[in-house]
Amino acid sequence: MDPCCSDTGRELLELRQSTVRFAGDSGDGMQLVGSQFADLASLSGCSIRTIPDYPSEIRAPAGSLAGVSGYQLSFGDETTTPGDSPFVLVAMNPAALKVSLPDLQPGGIIILDADEFTTANLAKARYEANPLEDGSLEGYRLIPVAMTRLTEEATKPSGLEGSGRARCKNFFALGLTLWLYDQPMQPLLEWMMRKFRKNPAVMAANGASLRAGYNFANTNELLRVHYRVAPGKLPKGRYRRVTGNEAAALGLITAAARAGRPLVYAGYPITPASDILHELSARKEFDVRVIQCEDEIAAACAAIGASFAGAIGATGTSGPGLALKTEALGLAVMTELPLVVINVQRAGPSTGMPTKTEQADLLMALYGRHGEAPMPVLAPASPADCFDVVFDAVRIATRFMTPVMVLSDSFLANSAEAFRIPEVDRLADLRVPSPTRAMKDFAPYRRDPATLARPWAVPGTEGLEHRIGGLEKQDVTGVVTYDSENHRRMVELRARKIENIAQPIPEARAEGSDSGDLLVVGWGSTYGAIVAAVRQARQEGHSVAHLHLRHLNPLPRQTEQVLRCFRKILIPENNTGQLASVLRSQFALPVTSLSKVEGRPFLIRDIRNAIEESLRK
Amino acid sequence: MSVPSVSVLPVAPLVPDPADSSSDCLRTLTRKDFQTEQEIRWCPGCGDYAILTQVQKALASLGVPRHRCVFVSGIGCSSRFPYYVNTYGFHGIHGRAPAIATGVKCANPNLSVWVVTGDGDGLSIGTNHLIHCLRRNLDVKVLLFNNRIYGLTKGQYSPTSEFGKRTKSSPLGTIEQPIRPVQTALAAQATFVARTIYADPNHLAQTLDAAARHRGAAFVEILQNCVVFNEGTFDNVAKRATAEESRILLQHGQPIRFGKDGRRALMVRNMEPEVVNLDTDRVAESDILVHNAQSTSPALAALLAELEPPRFPTALGVFRRVEQPTYDELLMGQIRDAQSKRGEVNLQKLLDAGTTWEVA
Amino acid sequence: MNAIASTPVSPSATSAAPAEERKPLTKKELAADHPTWCPGCGDFSVLALYFKLIEKRRLWHEKVVSVSGIGCSSRFPYFVQAHGAHYIHGRALPFASGISLTRPDLHVFVFSGDGDAFSIGGNHFTHTARKNIKMTLVVMDNEVYGLTKKQTSPTSPVGYKSKTDIWGAVDQPINPLKQAIAAGATFVARTTHTNPNHVLQMMEAALDHDGFSFIECLSECVEFYPGAFDAANPRKGGAFNLVPTDHDVTDELAAYRLAGAPAPGYFGLFYRVQRPTKNALEAKINADAQAKVVGLAPWQILAKSFERMK
Repeated sequence: MDPCCSDTGRELLELRQSTVRFAGDSGDGMQLVGSQFADLASLSGCSIRTIPDYPSEIRAPAGSLAGVSGYQLSFGDETTTPGDSPFVLVAMNPAALKVSLPDLQPGGIIILDADEFTTANLAKARYEANPLEDGSLEGYRLIPVAMTRLTEEATKPSGLEGSGRARCKNFFALGLTLWLYDQPMQPLLEWMMRKFRKNPAVMAANGASLRAGYNFANTNELLRVHYRVAPGKLPKGRYRRVTGNEAAALGLITAAARAGRPLVYAGYPITPASDILHELSARKEFDVRVIQCEDEIAAACAAIGASFAGAIGATGTSGPGLALKTEALGLAVMTELPLVVINVQRAGPSTGMPTKTEQADLLMALYGRHGEAPMPVLAPASPADCFDVVFDAVRIATRFMTPVMVLSDSFLANSAEAFRIPEVDRLADLRVPSPTRAMKDFAPYRRDPATLARPWAVPGTEGLEHRIGGLEKQDVTGVVTYDSENHRRMVELRARKIENIAQPIPEARAEGSDSGDLLVVGWGSTYGAIVAAVRQARQEGHSVAHLHLRHLNPLPRQTEQVLRCFRKILIPENNTGQLASVLRSQFALPVTSLSKVEGRPFLIRDIRNAIEESLRK
Repeated sequence: MSVPSVSVLPVAPLVPDPADSSSDCLRTLTRKDFQTEQEIRWCPGCGDYAILTQVQKALASLGVPRHRCVFVSGIGCSSRFPYYVNTYGFHGIHGRAPAIATGVKCANPNLSVWVVTGDGDGLSIGTNHLIHCLRRNLDVKVLLFNNRIYGLTKGQYSPTSEFGKRTKSSPLGTIEQPIRPVQTALAAQATFVARTIYADPNHLAQTLDAAARHRGAAFVEILQNCVVFNEGTFDNVAKRATAEESRILLQHGQPIRFGKDGRRALMVRNMEPEVVNLDTDRVAESDILVHNAQSTSPALAALLAELEPPRFPTALGVFRRVEQPTYDELLMGQIRDAQSKRGEVNLQKLLDAGTTWEVA
Repeated sequence: MNAIASTPVSPSATSAAPAEERKPLTKKELAADHPTWCPGCGDFSVLALYFKLIEKRRLWHEKVVSVSGIGCSSRFPYFVQAHGAHYIHGRALPFASGISLTRPDLHVFVFSGDGDAFSIGGNHFTHTARKNIKMTLVVMDNEVYGLTKKQTSPTSPVGYKSKTDIWGAVDQPINPLKQAIAAGATFVARTTHTNPNHVLQMMEAALDHDGFSFIECLSECVEFYPGAFDAANPRKGGAFNLVPTDHDVTDELAAYRLAGAPAPGYFGLFYRVQRPTKNALEAKINADAQAKVVGLAPWQILAKSFERMK
C-alpha cells in the first residue's frame, strides 16, 4: 500500500451495513464515482445494492434543485436494498444538500464542498440562510471541505486546464469517502489507467484528485473515526455489477444463443426501458437484430413476425407502450408463437411519472387482453435476477409456444447489484427443434401431448407450408373455423397449456418457517425490502415468514397450501393491492394489502412497521 | 433443423439458393402448386379472384420455392389472401402487416416476403406502418388492393373513397379528401411504385413480375372492384369499351401515348400536364412527355400519379423504380461488420465484461 | 352543452369585453411554468415567437389552445398561460381535431416533435392533413429523440450515430414536407429556430390559413445533436435559402420538387391552396340537416324519429 495512505491510528469501527449517497449537480459526475465506489465495496467482499436518482430533465439549470443527480448505495454482509437512509451524504453543492438532507440518518455524516456554498448557489437552491452557518445542520456530523480549491491545487501538475481540473473534484470526494470506509485506492487507480488511457492528462488529474481527497481525510483531524463494513456472504463465483436493464439485455442475448437462434428485438424509445434497446443495439456481433420501429405496435408485431420466421422475437416497453401492444399480444396468444415482452413498469396511468417506479401493471399483464387470452407472467426480484427471469421467459416461450410477459420496473431497471456470472456452457440448453419435412403427420396445431405446444414450423422449411392468423383455428389442422364446439375446446386448450407451466417450475415455499403468525407475500422488486424486514422481525423473535412469487401466472403449485399455513397474510406492493386482489379472488383468503404508490420503492422500515402493526392486531 | 444461421448472406429472393435441393427447386412449378384446399370466401365476381390467380401464376413463373415464400396480411377482405396461397402465411391484425413482415424478413432475409393489404387496412389504420416500411426499403412486396370501400364490415367509406361518396357511414356524402396511395408511397420515398388493375391480367402479371424482381420495397396499388358495396368503381379503366381512352400504360423511356392507335399523348407545359391529340393538335413527337421511372427525383412520378378522371386518363404501370440498399442488407451488413471488427463471438466474454471480482 | 354542440359560439359571444378594448397580451401574461428545456434548446425560440404571435395578432388566453404529444417539444403547453393539453405520444392531432371540430372559434395550435409527429403519430399526420381540419401544426424537428436521450428519429440523417445506431443510422429518413404534400395538406411551410422573424412570419401565415397548416421548424437539440442545422444558419457559415420568389405556392409539383432539395433545403411557404375545411363541410351538413327540422324542439325531433320507427 502507498505509504502516505497509512492510517494514523484513528479509531476504526466495524459495521455490518452502511449506506452512502453521492449527490451533486448533473455535471458533477456523481453516477461515475458512485458506481466506482460500488465496485470497490464489492471487491472488498460486500454485497451491494445501488439506486441512482437522476433529474428528469435532460439538462436542468446548473445548481438548481431540479438538476440534482444522486447515487445511493448500501453495502454490507446481507444487503438487499439500496438502504432506507444514508449514513454518509456527500453533497457537492447546496441544492444536493437540500434535496438529500431529509433522507439522512439522524447523526449521519455530511461531507460537502464548502466552496460551492456561495450566495448565488444558495439562492439557486432556494436557501434563505446558509445552512453551514445557521445551525440547521446540528444533529449531523458536518465536514465542510474546500473541495474545489483543493482539487484545483492538487491537479496543477497534470497540465489540464482550470475548468477541466475543477471537474475532477468528484474523485476528491470519492477519495475522502474511501478513507472514511477504509477502502484501498489501488483498484481504482488501476481502473483509471484503463478508462483514461487515451487521455493521460485526465488520468493524472483524476488520480491526483483521488489521492488528495484520501490524504486530506487521512491527515486532517476533521474525521476522527472511520469504518470498516463487514464482507457479505455471497455464494462462491465470479461477479460483476449489473443494472436490471443490463441484466435483461444480457439475458436475452444469452438465451437466444442457448436456443441456437438469432435474437430479433423490436422496440421504440420509452423511459425506463430504452436502455435495453441501447444495450442490444450495441451487440450486433451476437447476431442481435434490433429494429427501432415507428411505434410500439409495430415493435410488438415485428417481434411476432420474427418469431414466426424462427427467431427469438422479443420486445420491451413500459406501461403506455404495453397498452398499445395489447392487440398484438392477443395475436401472439392466438397464433401460439413464442414472444418475450419485457415491461419495465413506471408510475401511471398515462404518461404519469416516467422516471418513477410502480408495480401497477400486474392486472393488465394478467388480464389486459380481449377474449380469453391467458399468458404466463414472471417478475424479477432484483437487478441480477432480471437475467435469470428473462432467460426463463425465453425457455417458457419457446417450450410452450406462447408469449410471456416479464414485469420489471423502473427501480430494478436502474438499480444495480452484484451479478454472479454464469458459466455459459452450464446454462440450460434452450434448443427447441423446429420440425422438418421428416416429421410425420405435420399439422400446424397438432400439439405435443406433454406441453400442449404446437410445432414451431418455420418458413424456409420445405413441405411444412401453412397459414396462421388471428382467426380461430380448427384443433390440429389449423383450418379457419367458427365451429362452436371447436372454439370451446381451443379456449380450454390454450388455458390448459398455460396452467401446465406450473409443472416444471418450483413449488411455492415460504422462507423462514413453514407456518406461523404472519406471511409476507411479495412479487417483483419489493423482494429486497421484504427480505430485510422479515429478517429483522425474525431476529426479534416474531413468527414471520416470506413468500416471494416469481411466477404470477401460473402461480406455483402449493401456493394455496403455503398461504393457509399462516394466521395472517400481508402483501406489500407498489400499487393499490393488485396481487392482493388476485389471491383473494383465487383462494378466498383474507389478506391485507400494504400499498405504496409514491413513485418510490419500499423502505425496509415501511414493511417492518406494517409487520409489527399486523402482529399487534 | 431449419434455423436461419448467423452467417447467411441476404440473397435476393429470386436467386435460387444453390444449397437448396428441395423439390420445388428441381421442377417447374405451376399455378396449381400455389393453390390451397381452403374454400375461398370472397363474393362471386370479386376482383380479388383475378388477382389471386395472377399472383399464383407469377409465383410459379418466378420459380420461388413455396417454402421460401411468406404472405403476410392484415384484416379485411383482401387480407384473407394468405389462406389461399400454398406458401407460409400469416393473417395478422388490422393495419399491422408491414410490421409483422418486417420481423419475418429481419429474422430470415432469405425469404421472399409479400404483404397483402387493402385501402382500409393499409391506408387508414396502417398507413404509418406502410410509410415506414417503404422508407426503410425493406425487401418486401406490398400489394395494396384498392376498392375504395370497407367491404368486410359492409360498406363504410374508406380513406380512398372519392370526395362526396355516399356510403353507410356517410349518407350525405364524405367530406374528406381521399388519400392517394401512389403519392403516399412516393412521398415515403419507396424505391418501386406501381399501379395496375384487376381487370387486365396481362398488365397485372407484368407488374407483379416487375415488383417481385425489384430488390427492395415494392409497392403496387391494384385497382379492384367490390361487386357488392362499390360496384363499378373503376369501370372506366377496367371495361374494354372505355379502357383504351381512359388509361395510360406507362413504359420506362417511352413517350407517353394512349388511346386508339396511340393517337393521344401527354405533354407538360409550365409544369401542368396536358392531353394532346396527335391528329388534330399541332405537336411534335419530341414534345411528348417521356416516362422516366428511374429518375432520382420522384417528381415526374408524382405528376403522373396525380392524373385522374375526368380530365385525365389514369396512369397504370411502374411509376418509379430505383436501386437503393435494402434495410435487411444493411442490417445484416452491420452484423457482419460487428463480427469482423470485434473478432470471435464469445458470449462468456460478454458476460465477463467490465470490472469483475471473485468470491471464494 | 347543447348550445356548444349545435351552434358554434361566435368569437365575441364569450369574450368578457369586445376585442378592441383589450390590450394585447404581453409575454409576462402569457408565460406559465418556466420551460424545462436544456439551456440553448431551439424550442425556446419557438415558444418566444408563439408569445409574440399571440401578442401581435391580439389573440386571447381563452381563445388559444395549445396541444402536444410526448417529447421534449411537447412540454410546450405547460409553458403557455392559456388552455393547453399535454396528450399521449403521437396522438396530439386526433385530440386537437376534436377541439377544432367542436369549437371552430378557437385557435388550435399543435406542437410536436419529429418522433411524435412522424414516427408514432405518422398516421394521424397523414389523415389530419387530408381531412383539412382547421389547425396549425408546428413540428419542432431536431432530428433525434431527445427526451429519451438520443435514439435515431425518423428524420435523423443516414449515418447519424445514436444510442440505437452506434454504427450510424441506416434507415432512409422521412421527408416531412413531401409527406404533407402527398397527404393533401393545404398549407406547408418550413422555417428554422435561428431566424425568429421568419418563424413569426410563417406562424402568421399559418394562422391566416383556413385549413390544416403545417410548419416544419428546425429546432436544434444542443444536447444530443448540436450543430445539426448549422448549414442553415448564416451565423455558423451556413445558408438560409428562402423559397425562390418565382415559386408558385399553388403548384403542388413545384412544391414537391423544392421539398426534395438536399440539406439545408429551402425555407418559406412551399404550398398553399384553398380547399373547404372539414369544419366547414361538416357544419354545412349539420346546418342542412337542421334546416329540415327548423322550429322544432329537440324532443319533437326525437319524437318524429321514433314515429318513423313504428
